[in-house]
Amino acid sequence: MVRLNELPVEELFTSGHRLCAGCGAGTIMRMTLKAARGPTVVVNATGCVEVASTIYPYTSWKVSWVHVAFENAAAVASGIEAAYKALRRKGLWDKHVDVIAIAGDGGTFDIGIQALSGALERGHDFLYICYDNEAYMNTGIQRSGATPHGAATTTSPAGRRIPGKPEFKKDLIGICAAHGIEYAATASPAYWNDYITKVQRGLEVEGPAVIHVFSPCPLGMRFDSSKSMEVARLAVQTRYWPVYEVEKGKYKLNIKVPQPKPLVDFLKIQGRFSHLFQPEFQHEIEALQRWVDENWSRIASLCGETA
Amino acid sequence: MAKVIGLTGNEAIAYAVKQCDVDVIAAYPITPQTIMVELLSEYVYNGEINAEFVCVESEHSALSACVGASLTGARVFTATASQGLALMHEMLYVASGLRCPIVMGVANRALSAPLNIHGDHSDMMGSRDCGWMQVYAENAQEAYDWIIQSFKIAEDCRVLLPISVNIDGFILSHSMERVEVLEDEDVSRFLPPRKPVITIDPAKPITVGALCLPDYYFEMKRQQVHALNESYNVIREVNRDFESFTGRKYDLLETYEMSDADVAIISLGSTAGTAKAVARDLRSEGKKVGVIKPWVYRPFPEEDLIKAVGDAEALAVLDRACSFGAPFNALCSDVVAALYRYGKSSVKVFNCVYGLGGRDITPTDIRAIFNEALEVAKTGIVKEQLEFIGVRE
Repeated sequence: MVRLNELPVEELFTSGHRLCAGCGAGTIMRMTLKAARGPTVVVNATGCVEVASTIYPYTSWKVSWVHVAFENAAAVASGIEAAYKALRRKGLWDKHVDVIAIAGDGGTFDIGIQALSGALERGHDFLYICYDNEAYMNTGIQRSGATPHGAATTTSPAGRRIPGKPEFKKDLIGICAAHGIEYAATASPAYWNDYITKVQRGLEVEGPAVIHVFSPCPLGMRFDSSKSMEVARLAVQTRYWPVYEVEKGKYKLNIKVPQPKPLVDFLKIQGRFSHLFQPEFQHEIEALQRWVDENWSRIASLCGETA
Repeated sequence: MAKVIGLTGNEAIAYAVKQCDVDVIAAYPITPQTIMVELLSEYVYNGEINAEFVCVESEHSALSACVGASLTGARVFTATASQGLALMHEMLYVASGLRCPIVMGVANRALSAPLNIHGDHSDMMGSRDCGWMQVYAENAQEAYDWIIQSFKIAEDCRVLLPISVNIDGFILSHSMERVEVLEDEDVSRFLPPRKPVITIDPAKPITVGALCLPDYYFEMKRQQVHALNESYNVIREVNRDFESFTGRKYDLLETYEMSDADVAIISLGSTAGTAKAVARDLRSEGKKVGVIKPWVYRPFPEEDLIKAVGDAEALAVLDRACSFGAPFNALCSDVVAALYRYGKSSVKVFNCVYGLGGRDITPTDIRAIFNEALEVAKTGIVKEQLEFIGVRE
């Protein structure tokens, strides 16, 4: 795993962006570019990071950066990768270029899943990073396919009849790994060296790689902006967010959680779950705990671990 | 020296693209464009062209990939039709907004519902305000010629805008015609490799597609208007250059028998060919009729159109698409606006919608339209401003 003194001092994602205080995505972007190994082009889907980092005429990016639209970061990355391949073959370009596509959960789980699937199937050499803050936070906290069960968003509100989102989170890495890609992994910014190492690995492999990283959002998950990394750590320590990788189809659990903290430790510090603590919705917490347990044992068993 | 071969419209476009040293083709097959994509894949798979073929999972991704590829400085081509163009709609605006000189072949086809795979212009007319240059070909030869010219026009640093070359679905896309093709070396001489102005070269990092708020967005759009205005002259220059290479003369629009015409039909694409044949017959009967065929629909060649109309007193404007609820349909609206702007609103105009969903328009229909125009010119009265030709009422 990468060590702190091995990281470049240079900041390729600079300060001055307009992300919220405590935004996990800003930290994730900074760490992502700490792993950049040479000529890099970032393709950014519409979303928090995009709008907050490139308000014309300013930019936080010291690498070439392209934003096209919401649902097509993977398709745009395909075109860039293909173009450099063609230009190199013709002798019009001489360097390898790392292409990194970055999108939120809305741009990945929902509107962008088709473009992502197509790009993975075609085998383009690029790294796709989904920073998952578990809702459409940029437009003001609407539910996505990544929003967990029970969470209150503005389109899955904590209603009197329906207490938050009834559905459960989609298995993104399962979907990506099913494409037979070389490398897929989950991560949490609280475990910075695990994440940066994974970005390095994702860039190294030839062909598509996907990293699904938990992105704590003080505004949308409703916690104090000083608590971001705590939330990101609790996600892992409660087994809510298993940190694992799938390399050439082989699963490996990267962070073992032998004695998980109770899920409520993760839930109770976030306002989006506060309604579940009313006695009549206790069963929803239990349902979410069951999902966490089943998800963990499924992944642990894929990783050859005994849960 | 040129050689003559038999090619359909789809084949002519694919053949031209093959000679244009493209770097990336990203496309998704759709009737009636499919053969274009099949042929291009074949060229790539057989190593006949040194390009990457990105066989995407949708038209939306096709144009998205093209935008990404174009930003690297690569020469890029895509092709689509109908629903595919509609699915691309969002990306059409991004391609022009990011100033990507992408060339796109469109085999025009009706839009659903009801589902119909045959030719009309609803697809491109539905995207007429997307900031692309838009060319309509009358036959396979023109399609071939315009594709080669289009790369040069689009990539010119005064323009840097995408361009679509439209051929009528089936009528042109699937009809075999005589086409004079250039030798590969001649195309290379006419069309040198792309010289991009700014790219996403990581050695000189730039940010493309930033968020532009009310303080800058308007200026960006104004620049696109400026670029389209600049394109008039660039198109003419490229046309002249192409003529010196091939002897084939192109312009913003073509006129037929307009020097002393009393009336004219204005039409895009293959129907203009039928109109010219009918006009020739009517001329032999002593009737002073002519035809105006805009090759370039965007930017709209209004100055040339006014010049072409000359002293004609009545115009029948043929639209192969319906602008539901509008006073006139697309082409006619532009013609009327141009007449008004040039102080020629006394010219009588009527609008004929025809051929939706691939319905044939016959020489008999066109003869009737010319005769009606002659009647309008004689009486000064337009009985019906908007007609639907060949439809069961």
